Amino acid sequence: MRRLLRGVQGAGRDFARNPILMLALTLVLLQVLLSVFANVLAPYDPVAQAVEARMAPPDAQYLLGTDKLGRDVLSRIIFGYRSSLGIAFSAVFMALLVGGSMGIWAGYKGGWIDRVVMRFADVLFAFPIILLAIGVIAILGTNSASTVVAIGVVYAPIFARLMRAPTLVLRSADYVHAARSFGAGDLRIIVRHIMPNLMSVILVQASLSLSTAILLEASLSFLGIGAQPPAPSLGRMLSEGREYMFMAPWASIFSGLAILLASLGFNLLGDGLRDRLDPRLRGID
Amino acid sequence: MRKLIFKRLLDLGGVLLGVSILVFLMIRLIPGDAAQVMLGASGDVSEAQVQQLRVKLGLDDSLPVQYGHWVGAMAQGDFGVSIWTGKPVIEDIAQRIGVTVELTAVSLVLAVAFSIPAGALMAYFRGGVSDVVMRLVTITGVTMPAFWLGALLIFGWAAWFPNWQTLGSIPPFSDDPWAHVQRIFLPTLTCALPVIASLARIMRSAMIDALGQDYIRTARSKGLGEWTVTFKHALRNSLIPYVTALGIMAGYLFSGAIVVEQVFAIPGLGRLMLGAIADRNYPLIQTSILVVTCGFVLVNAVIDLLYRVIDKRAGVEA
Repeated sequence: MRRLLRGVQGAGRDFARNPILMLALTLVLLQVLLSVFANVLAPYDPVAQAVEARMAPPDAQYLLGTDKLGRDVLSRIIFGYRSSLGIAFSAVFMALLVGGSMGIWAGYKGGWIDRVVMRFADVLFAFPIILLAIGVIAILGTNSASTVVAIGVVYAPIFARLMRAPTLVLRSADYVHAARSFGAGDLRIIVRHIMPNLMSVILVQASLSLSTAILLEASLSFLGIGAQPPAPSLGRMLSEGREYMFMAPWASIFSGLAILLASLGFNLLGDGLRDRLDPRLRGID
Repeated sequence: MRKLIFKRLLDLGGVLLGVSILVFLMIRLIPGDAAQVMLGASGDVSEAQVQQLRVKLGLDDSLPVQYGHWVGAMAQGDFGVSIWTGKPVIEDIAQRIGVTVELTAVSLVLAVAFSIPAGALMAYFRGGVSDVVMRLVTITGVTMPAFWLGALLIFGWAAWFPNWQTLGSIPPFSDDPWAHVQRIFLPTLTCALPVIASLARIMRSAMIDALGQDYIRTARSKGLGEWTVTFKHALRNSLIPYVTALGIMAGYLFSGAIVVEQVFAIPGLGRLMLGAIADRNYPLIQTSILVVTCGFVLVNAVIDLLYRVIDKRAGVEA
């Protein structure tokens, strides 16, 4: 844990020298703030329709223009961030919790438990992601909660695989043997001695997963099987905006740009953290 | 080698069994009475109809018996019928899957053709400003939502080539080759671009990894130029991690194709499945997922095995 903190502190120093990481952190913080304070920051009600200002181009009043129904695009994007980031965070957290603990358990116990858990992960990996998500949504119905589960199921095996390998090595580390000889139980060993070593891997993978989870959420809502109206959603905004792309391109262009920036921020952050926290990979990618 | 092939086949069988069990459980995992839920989409249904469907789907038997029946029927070519039209679902799928597979396959070829040289060049010019720029460009490519890219391409294309039709179903190649190519071009580009960026990044890391190896030092000390060392010696050895990643990317490409179909209004498998979700036509969803996933598993297994046969070193690592 202390090593992780030092790494993060070092990363803090690096931010000043590393423009890409700086950009990443700015993007991520900005978007998180926008989603958390959406009610305060959005200039308009995201569902209020201004009939007189339908498809208004961007100007001083509507910074990013309005859509077909006269709704402010900027406000819809801000609330869209809240929905997208909320779903992506919940899904990745679920994947980390379920997949990660299965992976640690498999790596720690080894033997048949390991084989069963990892074979199950292999089976989930075999599905093209969109089909796995479609399958889950077909079972649970089209709403935000099933989108969270669908994305969580896609990412759980990734975390399982990622956590298992280092656990397998760590369980026979000297200090783990020492802890065990002092009578530490499995849970204590896992929480106190193994998990701290996995923190940097978790941080990096969580950030990268968030980046792609945002894209997957946007794809699902673009396809009409994600969060349903009236909940604002960046993917659906883009999909609706395409219908009048030639009259008011700003609606779909800006919502797409918002998705790109969200995904980009987390990807750059994960990438930068990996360089920073895993010295082995520094300078490679 | 024979032992390796045997082990691979065993793994393959295990994965296929697991996939089929999960897909089989799909209908059984629907909260509530599956037959009721499926018929619910049509409004008023009688209890007799629900019971009839329940019997037809075999939902009253025990799970292992149901699974046995299901697999047995598939072995005889019976993949179930649409609960609305009564038509075998496999016919619908066969009709629609072609364009989706074509989109995936052509994009994959395109992605390989561009990502290998791009990644190699990035490794050659590693470090410095151009590296940072290329890194930003590829990460942006990876995080670009395909459907947005598609919408922008349609938008931009219409401004430059107003006569070039971009939306709707694609005429078969045999009827009108030029129109076919014309129509599949933008969707393919949309599918391929993010994957090119992704694969180029993987290629770059693999190359840089390879460039740090001993045999590269030997090659350099022989007096070979950096260009030859990079593109002849390092490139070939970078292909092992690259090919491994290719299998995963094929799955991504297929997922992309499902979304891109929607952008370009192409009636492929994606549209069929989305329609099936709205209609709660579970046999269709189930069979689509099963057929495509098994297809991917098999293709991946064949590529993996071929690669191991060709490259002995990769076989040893397994």
